[in-house]
Amino acid sequence: MTLVTATPRRRLVDHGAWFLVLPALIPILVLSVGPLLYGIALAFTDAQSGRTEPTQWIGTLNFRDLLHDTLFWDSFRIGLLWAVGVTVPQFLLALGLALLLNQRLRLRWLARALAIVPWAMPEVVVGIMWRLVYNPDAGILNETIRDLGLGDGRDWLSGLATALPAVVVVGVWAGMPQTTVALLAGLQNTPRELHEAAAMDGAGAWRRFRTVTWPAIRPIALAITALNFIWNFNSFALVYVLTNGGPGGRTRLPMLFAYEEAFRYGQFGYAAAMGCAMVAVISIILAFHLAGRLRRGGDET
Amino acid sequence: MRTSRAARVGQYAALLAYLVFLAFPFLWLISTAFKPARELGSLHPTWIPENPTLANFRQAFDEQPLWDAALNSLVAALGAAVVAVLIATPMAYVMARRRTTLSRMATGWVVVSQAFPFVLVIIPLFLVLKNLRLINSVPGLIMVYVVWALPFALWMLVGYVRAVPAELEEAAAVDGAGKVRTLVSVTAPLLAPGIVATALFAFITAWNEFFFALVLLKTPEKQTLPVVLTHFIGAEGVADLGPLAAAAFLATLPSLVVFAIIQKRITGGMLAGAVKS
Repeated sequence: MTLVTATPRRRLVDHGAWFLVLPALIPILVLSVGPLLYGIALAFTDAQSGRTEPTQWIGTLNFRDLLHDTLFWDSFRIGLLWAVGVTVPQFLLALGLALLLNQRLRLRWLARALAIVPWAMPEVVVGIMWRLVYNPDAGILNETIRDLGLGDGRDWLSGLATALPAVVVVGVWAGMPQTTVALLAGLQNTPRELHEAAAMDGAGAWRRFRTVTWPAIRPIALAITALNFIWNFNSFALVYVLTNGGPGGRTRLPMLFAYEEAFRYGQFGYAAAMGCAMVAVISIILAFHLAGRLRRGGDET
Repeated sequence: MRTSRAARVGQYAALLAYLVFLAFPFLWLISTAFKPARELGSLHPTWIPENPTLANFRQAFDEQPLWDAALNSLVAALGAAVVAVLIATPMAYVMARRRTTLSRMATGWVVVSQAFPFVLVIIPLFLVLKNLRLINSVPGLIMVYVVWALPFALWMLVGYVRAVPAELEEAAAVDGAGKVRTLVSVTAPLLAPGIVATALFAFITAWNEFFFALVLLKTPEKQTLPVVLTHFIGAEGVADLGPLAAAAFLATLPSLVVFAIIQKRITGGMLAGAVKS
């Protein structure tokens, strides 16, 4: 039986499969899946760094504390605001740009070449760079505002009202090229003939977008917005460098809060509980996202 | 299809706005890096330094151990890239060629691993690496980077393996080549460009990484570039702008160069992985 069904390709993999998989599987289990489970377990303990008494199970106490921790809920709210505030404009701008760059335009090459800069830059450098731009005295942003006669400018990153919008702009800047390139690649897989046929039938630009372009790029669009949302919600380095959570906690993302809790105050168990809460929220959002995707996908087929 | 004149003007205006938004901060970084202290203190900053100088670069190297940091970053990034690709390629091969439970689980893990908040992984890792005495050591960091780079490396490599027609391997097998021989002399050469691109991508992600390095590396002489860069910003957020810009600019150059080389392949690999699985 096996002699009949086994093609050369199957055999090639069959015998060596475990041998081929183990070198990657072991590190994954030991350094990724293991720590993840350990981390979840820590959330139910009173683990602290540098303490001599043994760590104890405390059940859901960390989570009950978390429920009453207004600072944590503030950071959660800021994290959601930030994730939505970055992901939505990023997607809309990137979609517009991808449509634009899909046209035969001069300077298109320059846009693509420049798009490498935010994509390849270390987040720490992106943060530093924008601090130089936002610098109240020596920064170019305020100078431009003064030159345009729009006032004196301000200290964007330390203003209670401006800090979050200011870091959101940086987030959009940093992630836009990647989103654009992904959408552009999707666009380029759409057959041009479909567009032309739709145009011949008298479809306007919006209609062509609705009926031809969007269905073609929708899978990529959904995947990239979901990933962007998660990455943004979990992001750390950018805001750590830009404001370190300030002023007055106005930009303290959940990761910044959990980092401080764990590595400044040594509250490992409590910080792990925060991590679990973050995973829970992301999972719920993802579930809705995927459910929407399946439902809509089902309608159309 | 013809585009109206007004639409064209609008398109170019939008493109120009995008280019300005993209280039503006980067040009300012470069400008700041080459400005003498006197011009940096001026109340009316200028785009182009009047007396460009390299003093900021010299001062940056005097103030912080940038050479050590660059060397640490290089070792960590190279180590992570080489090890990640060495162990990911065989697994990606299996995932691409066979739809077993294992490869389905691996694909699931690739997706799920993107959703971890790192803090949930780093606390246990910190405890484990501490017990192994691998805190504050670059090899410990490499271990973390390898696993961290694996999901995306697998994702890219699976796409590249699928692009190699299985028929070629079958033909070689029919011609009497053994499994190992087929893999080495038929598959590997066709896969090589994809493997290199994946390795370079892993290199960049490790070179740029900050969070794990911040947590795991304690002493300045062991830290990587992104961590050392943050030392230029004082506790009060006050920074010596010139050296800060100079060091930040230097830290970016390697990944910019590498990325420029492989950018097309990354996009291709990303999409191959995304569209086909």
